[in-house]
Amino acid sequence: MGAEKFPELDPIFAKYRGKKGTLIPVLHEVQNRVGYLPEDIQKHVAQKLNVPLSKVTGVISFYSFFSTEPQGEHTLGVCLGTACYVKGAEALVEEVKDQLDISEGETSDDGKFTLTVTRCVGTCSLAPVVMIDNKYYGNLKPADIPEILAKYQDSGQEGK
Amino acid sequence: MDNREVLICSGTGCLSSGAEEIEEAFQQELVDRDLLEDIEVKKVVKKTGCVGPCSLGPIAIVKPEKTFYGKLEVQDVEKIVTEHLEQGNIVTDLLVEEDGHKVEEYTELNFIKGQKQIALKNIGEIDPASVEDYLKQEGYQAVEKALLDSTPEEVIKEIKDSGLRGRGGAGFPTGLKWEFTAQAESEQKYIVCNADEGDPGAFMDRSIIEGDPHKVIEAMTIAGYAIGADKGYVYVRAEYPLAIETLASALDIARDRGYLGENILESDFSFDIEIRVGAGAFVCGEETALLKSIEGKRGMPNPKPPYPAQKGLWGEPTVINNVETLACVPEIINQGSSWFNGIGTESSSGSKVFAVAGDVIGTGLIEVPMGITIKEVVFDVAGGIPDNKELKAVQIGGPSGGTIPSQYMDLEIDYESLNEAGAIMGSGGLVVMDEDTCMVDVARFFLDFTQEESCGKCPPCRIGTKRMLEILERITSGAGEEGDIDKLQELGERIIETSLCGLGQTAPNPVLSTIRFFRDEYEAHIYDETCPAGVCQELAPPYVIEDETCIGCTNCVDECLVEAISGEAGEVHEIDEDECIACGACAEVCPVDAIYQRSQGKGDA
Repeated sequence: MGAEKFPELDPIFAKYRGKKGTLIPVLHEVQNRVGYLPEDIQKHVAQKLNVPLSKVTGVISFYSFFSTEPQGEHTLGVCLGTACYVKGAEALVEEVKDQLDISEGETSDDGKFTLTVTRCVGTCSLAPVVMIDNKYYGNLKPADIPEILAKYQDSGQEGK
Repeated sequence: MDNREVLICSGTGCLSSGAEEIEEAFQQELVDRDLLEDIEVKKVVKKTGCVGPCSLGPIAIVKPEKTFYGKLEVQDVEKIVTEHLEQGNIVTDLLVEEDGHKVEEYTELNFIKGQKQIALKNIGEIDPASVEDYLKQEGYQAVEKALLDSTPEEVIKEIKDSGLRGRGGAGFPTGLKWEFTAQAESEQKYIVCNADEGDPGAFMDRSIIEGDPHKVIEAMTIAGYAIGADKGYVYVRAEYPLAIETLASALDIARDRGYLGENILESDFSFDIEIRVGAGAFVCGEETALLKSIEGKRGMPNPKPPYPAQKGLWGEPTVINNVETLACVPEIINQGSSWFNGIGTESSSGSKVFAVAGDVIGTGLIEVPMGITIKEVVFDVAGGIPDNKELKAVQIGGPSGGTIPSQYMDLEIDYESLNEAGAIMGSGGLVVMDEDTCMVDVARFFLDFTQEESCGKCPPCRIGTKRMLEILERITSGAGEEGDIDKLQELGERIIETSLCGLGQTAPNPVLSTIRFFRDEYEAHIYDETCPAGVCQELAPPYVIEDETCIGCTNCVDECLVEAISGEAGEVHEIDEDECIACGACAEVCPVDAIYQRSQGKGDA
């Protein structure tokens, strides 16, 4: 019955057919498409790649990029690398938590944001930095957070 | 007006400070004035990686004069086009000021002057998307020299003679690594480029891939030829989307041009490269864990030996080199091993890229010859400490490294000297810390990181770092006990001795080195229940409001999380010191700077 399920994922499996060590790239692409990796998807991937489900689940639970829970429309990552930490990134985390009323790893009630605390994103000169999806906001103070969040509140569009 | 170029830094750093808008503004101005045929606006990652002074971004460099314009805003563009590009006059107002004078050429910036660029050489000179630009900078000449004029043994000898050592961690001699792998008997061998740059505060690998991707491709091809591998992998962090995209398109171009694939440059040698994207596990920067991850498994390290040179990817002999190490290879082949060996110190040849960040004026990437002193890096190249504060320490080598106090600033940087001082070269993160930094808190920060990133395979790392973190958290929250410092030292030494991989073996370094140099701060937390730097909130003195300055705007009243501030609009506000948690949020929003932390006095808060 798995065969008819998730036909939209078939091109991903086709792309990696015959290559070695493809579980992680496949999971990246599946997550990009579906948004997260719930159990039925994990079973499907295991079957398609002909690996035990335990291996798929093991890999997903090991790597912090993979999520088994639905994610918000935008992922908001506060960088807690050294430079950001020294420049007060923890206060940014508190401010975001306050504004969105969520804790790390949670998604806001309106489904807009998932808050994560990321490892160094490599833009230390702009510390402290918040990354929303693939966009960076640097040299921030807690007071800047409401304005940035507001850019994403109205539409699904990334703000400028 | 011939051959004019406007180079816009498009590194991640500059992009987030608005480089794209600046570039569009230039394009638009040139279209409007019909100048496009004379002047080409190029997207180039600036000279010092994504940096140069990336604290000065967005940046434009006008060639051929090499005029440097920093901190640009969109409205500045019109002025540059009119006065500089059309009339040939440098716009003095927009130049950067250093030591009391305006700097015209970017090579005259303090940040650039003190450097010796090898790995970063092309970055800022070339458009990463253009292979022609790379070819103009001797690109793909080294691979030609290696494949067509040298035997693999000669290539390995050249790298050995250069004295090149790994730039990503322990500093193992690169030529030896290649030789061991070349000598291992197997039909199949692999080259792996480690671009899983996870040390917080280090971003040189990202900048090299974003700014000069073909150099990494060329170096991997040379390495493949030297050891007899036909396949390479680049393992890049998922946190670096721009690097992944840039490298992927460079790989396509290289294949099209015959620099990758079957019979490269019509030789018998065939080689290709695949990108593998990490998934957010710091431990995958450790080489055996990285290999597991490429194989599609949980990234847990293996004991060594066997080393990857004997049993690496899928059990086959494998060379793993970091990005910056590889970026030196084509330069060594082109210029010769004795040239490279002539730079730096006896044990550490060449130059090293440092990512300078923290409490320092010129943050960004710098590449300096080995043997330069820490003082020269912090004060001459990076411009010193802002706000007239005192330097307290530099942290080198990230979570595996150590903190070096200000009295060691004359230390000449090489692999050995840093080890002796309790730090490591590591990947080259260099975080500058001023007097307001609490060393116990810094140690706690790093241990929190490694403890979280411990893969859990071996108990010393999994449990030991957890116990150390608990002690540090106790100390920073004011509940430190007699004997805690000794416990930290003992645990730390055990973890170093007994952990399976480099992550655990270096995890206690930040704690041990801060105890070594800043023991009095630990003691102040434990015995006097004070945080001398005023960082640890539970030990920090409360904030107070200066009556004569307060304008009664109520900003702080609204901002205070614990409702410790009272006062009506127009009246002087007051902080209840018993309620205050010393978070500093009030001082942050005060428009007239009337709020300061009690023990520190105004101006230092």
